[in-house]
Amino acid sequence: MTDLTLRTGAPRLAVEHSAVEELRGPLLVLRGTTGVGWDEYAQIRGDGDGGAVRHGLVLEVDRDLAVVQVLEGTEGLTRGTTHARFSGTPLHVPVGTGWLGRVCNGRGEPVDGGPPVSGRHRAPVAGHPLNPVRREPPSQPVITGISAIDALTTLVRGQKLPIFSVAGLPHLELAAQVAAQATTGAEGFCVVFGAMGLSHADADAVRATLDDRLAAGELLLLVNTADDPVVERTLTPRIALTVAEHLAFECGRHVLVVLADMTSYAEALREVSTARGEMPGRRAYPGYLYSDLASLYERCGRIRGRDGSVTILPVVTMPAGDITHPVPDLTGYITEGQVVLSPEMHARGIYPPVDPLQSLSRLMRHGAGPGRTREDHLELAAQLLAALARARQARELAEIVGASALSGTDQYYLELATELERRLVDQHPGERRSLEDTLERCWQVAEILPRRELTMLSARVLAARDGG
Amino acid sequence: MGRELSVVDGGRAGPDGRSPAGSVLRVSGPLVEVGDLPDVAIAELVALGPNGLPGEVVAIRGATVSVQAYEYTGGLAVGSPVQALGRPLSARLGPDLLGGVFDGLLRPLATAGTWLGVTAGTGPGSGAGAGAKDRTWQWRPRVVPGQVVTAGTVLGTVPDVGAVEHRVLAPPGTGGEVSWVADAGRYTEAQPVVCVGRTSVRLTELWPVRRPRPVTARRLADQPLVTGQRVLDAVFPVALGTSVAVPGGFGTGKTMLLQQIAKWCSADVIVYVGCGERGNEMADVLDELAALADPRTGRRLSERIVVIANTSNMPMMAREASIYTGVTVAEFYRDMGHDAVLIADSTSRWAEALREFGSRSGAMPTEEGYPAALASALAAFYERAGRVQTLGGVDASVTIVGAVSPPGGDTTEPVTAHTQRSVRSLWNLDRALAYARHYPAVGWSGSFARDVDRLGAWYAAHGDPDWARRRARVAGLLAEADRLTDLAELVGAGSLPGHERVVLLAGRLLREGVLQQNALSANDAHCTAAKTAALVDAVLAAVDECDLLVEGDVTATEIEEVDFSPLLRAAQDTGPDDAAGVRERGTRMLAVLGGLR
Repeated sequence: MTDLTLRTGAPRLAVEHSAVEELRGPLLVLRGTTGVGWDEYAQIRGDGDGGAVRHGLVLEVDRDLAVVQVLEGTEGLTRGTTHARFSGTPLHVPVGTGWLGRVCNGRGEPVDGGPPVSGRHRAPVAGHPLNPVRREPPSQPVITGISAIDALTTLVRGQKLPIFSVAGLPHLELAAQVAAQATTGAEGFCVVFGAMGLSHADADAVRATLDDRLAAGELLLLVNTADDPVVERTLTPRIALTVAEHLAFECGRHVLVVLADMTSYAEALREVSTARGEMPGRRAYPGYLYSDLASLYERCGRIRGRDGSVTILPVVTMPAGDITHPVPDLTGYITEGQVVLSPEMHARGIYPPVDPLQSLSRLMRHGAGPGRTREDHLELAAQLLAALARARQARELAEIVGASALSGTDQYYLELATELERRLVDQHPGERRSLEDTLERCWQVAEILPRRELTMLSARVLAARDGG
Repeated sequence: MGRELSVVDGGRAGPDGRSPAGSVLRVSGPLVEVGDLPDVAIAELVALGPNGLPGEVVAIRGATVSVQAYEYTGGLAVGSPVQALGRPLSARLGPDLLGGVFDGLLRPLATAGTWLGVTAGTGPGSGAGAGAKDRTWQWRPRVVPGQVVTAGTVLGTVPDVGAVEHRVLAPPGTGGEVSWVADAGRYTEAQPVVCVGRTSVRLTELWPVRRPRPVTARRLADQPLVTGQRVLDAVFPVALGTSVAVPGGFGTGKTMLLQQIAKWCSADVIVYVGCGERGNEMADVLDELAALADPRTGRRLSERIVVIANTSNMPMMAREASIYTGVTVAEFYRDMGHDAVLIADSTSRWAEALREFGSRSGAMPTEEGYPAALASALAAFYERAGRVQTLGGVDASVTIVGAVSPPGGDTTEPVTAHTQRSVRSLWNLDRALAYARHYPAVGWSGSFARDVDRLGAWYAAHGDPDWARRRARVAGLLAEADRLTDLAELVGAGSLPGHERVVLLAGRLLREGVLQQNALSANDAHCTAAKTAALVDAVLAAVDECDLLVEGDVTATEIEEVDFSPLLRAAQDTGPDDAAGVRERGTRMLAVLGGLR
């Protein structure tokens, strides 16, 4: 991370602090640090590290004490031989197109054998809040090539739309597939993939999926694996978003940021909070978890008068499948909808196992329909969802009274539900479906129902279908 | 943005003579401890560090003063200077509010930069106050020298700002003979326009946000705030000058409902506080308000709305202040004689700011880590609602609509539980209804309205004697239908007696034909009280007819097979105030039912 060193020239940089008061978990407490500012960035050297530099952020300054969170952890540091230098400012990273095509660790250091990433400009990783008056409301879709998302829960440029999943489901495969094949149809689309707490096997699989896009110079991959320093994970999404914001709002790119897995991120946050002895909130997550998650998710969007956009697709695994767990719950309060994966559909062999009824894109009407995707898209999606809801009721009834006792109409609905999974939702992990293909499949599924049941399709849309 | 502090101060001279400069001892996020500030008062405003970040004194312990900072404290170091400003956190109240968008400390966002919090002097946001201070306003006096006035007397007006009359009042605490009045003309906010006794009155005034603005007397809240949403106006009404809470988990359509109320309710002025919510949503609200025409004035709707936007990624403690800033602005318009509505989305984020700060400052936590003062702070906040006689002697009101976001949808959590005790009405958003795409998802079992009797009397005195009876009937049918639905799931609807199956039908007709409302439809986005009454009457008449039919020879199955769509579509197919059209469809429905005999 040599390139992350801050501007030299600040006089205090010469001062080295080595009066270690305390070493505990990820925390290093130094004495005699008067003048060090809150949230400053520090470089830490331990004599046992063989010249390697660790990195830290100031969590608190109190009289002559500074509490520093060490990204690499404090293992191996001793009281007598630890030295810290403070940079005088919060952490900045270089920004620019130099990141594209690179693979780095969770702190932004290259792991692809290339030189450190550099850029003419630097930006603070904490970012700045975007003035709400300057925001342009999201519109226009990101086409993911996944039918279940494009047809029924359209991802909109500038939106934040999480994938809610449980352990054992293919959420990483789905996230990687979206990262590999999503497009806005325009030039300069690119992807920043921030992986946190992934196993090596998962990380390798993600990397293999993304190889082509990486080689094309359209992607930055930041990987923090499960055995990498935990606290480093608190930095990974911030670097990802800082790079993405610059690409979007200064270089005019449409940027998709995939963050997987946000539950690992929140756990790292909890670890730091507990080490500091902070008051625990729900399930011992810190009380500021909402604000902290918001400071990440809210970095998506568009700006009036500028070209690019930042779209965020976080992956949240719900511990024990509990949607009221603080991480999915608070995520749901901040994000604009959710894509929910279903263990039942997975068991039936459907990939991706996206449950259309539980999933929702709140901004869909801004990103789909006439002038955005296709004239019939919104009506078709509404019709399929309504039909699916009715099919669920019919299926529950069938379980009590037997399928043969259902009315003929209800039988059509049951068939629709089965075919919707088989023909529309199910697709190959390497398959990139065009929007035309996806919508044609929607029609085929909808037309299982008799015409009289297609009440949500306007006469105009039906006529256009018949004419074509 | 630190330099903009002068905007909060209204650009007045600095602290009077004394120069109290302390220094920072400790920084932990928004908590800053300061030493060497001996004479500082609780709730006094301080400027932190070389950039003068605004902060407020929240505790004094020995020689140590605890300050909550309203901006990002990155870089603030032990030893940085601190200036006490000699006055509490105040809102600058003036003619620029209507139609404007402000942050939690009421600093205009329109003139701030794209990125907030960029260090003063380098960011485009710095110096934003200058433009506002140079702006001039039309002044039209209403008093003459020699006239004796009291606090609250209208001294003059500022025409052509916003959609309601902007009145300049003799401020609280002043009174006496008018010694000088500026001629009609254009003035900046800092120039005096009237002298009352020895007090110069300007077009803007400063008011400490945590102190309620004084009134002459509280009045009985006995008239409704008409929201244009049928489930609220017909079943869970709120009285003008009272308070209502809207608890709802994510995805229950909370923000959508609040936006509908902001657009269509019968108040003169709306103060919309986006407190810790989504930035894209805020952008969408601003866009829509700018585009919508006001059905009452024909001007743009935004001209009677003040927006305070403190999105979830903006500094957290400003979120805590934004609720108070908002209610102070509402009181400011109330004092001019207007009916103001404060919409706060969401009070849970405000409570979380309290909790986070309490945790950092080492306060003893109570339920789920919230400070012990949460319940009383909530109660005191909702008490700032009221229908009052102003100092100027007119009746006016502040109504508070506060959203609550219960974690995990758990309505027993502290913020929801304490809020329920402090409000007059509760609109409980039901996840099951939202899941079934029933919007607005106001559930009838968990909601309440405590002023129903009083409002029934008001409706009776204003041309609708049936309002109370209608409301009781709807509430009763909905509850009975719920009970029978549970029963029918066990025994099958077919085995219920005919009149009970009619109740089930009535529940469905009320839900789909009356309570559901399509916010995206031009006909249905809002609904006048007359059309609401007509819709309910049409459904009840059909239900009565069905009751008669099952008592006769007609079976419940035959009735259930009737096409009720003329009734169910009446709300969508007729204009927002087309009560006659609804009645006509109701009559047709009765004819169809009559044909079964």
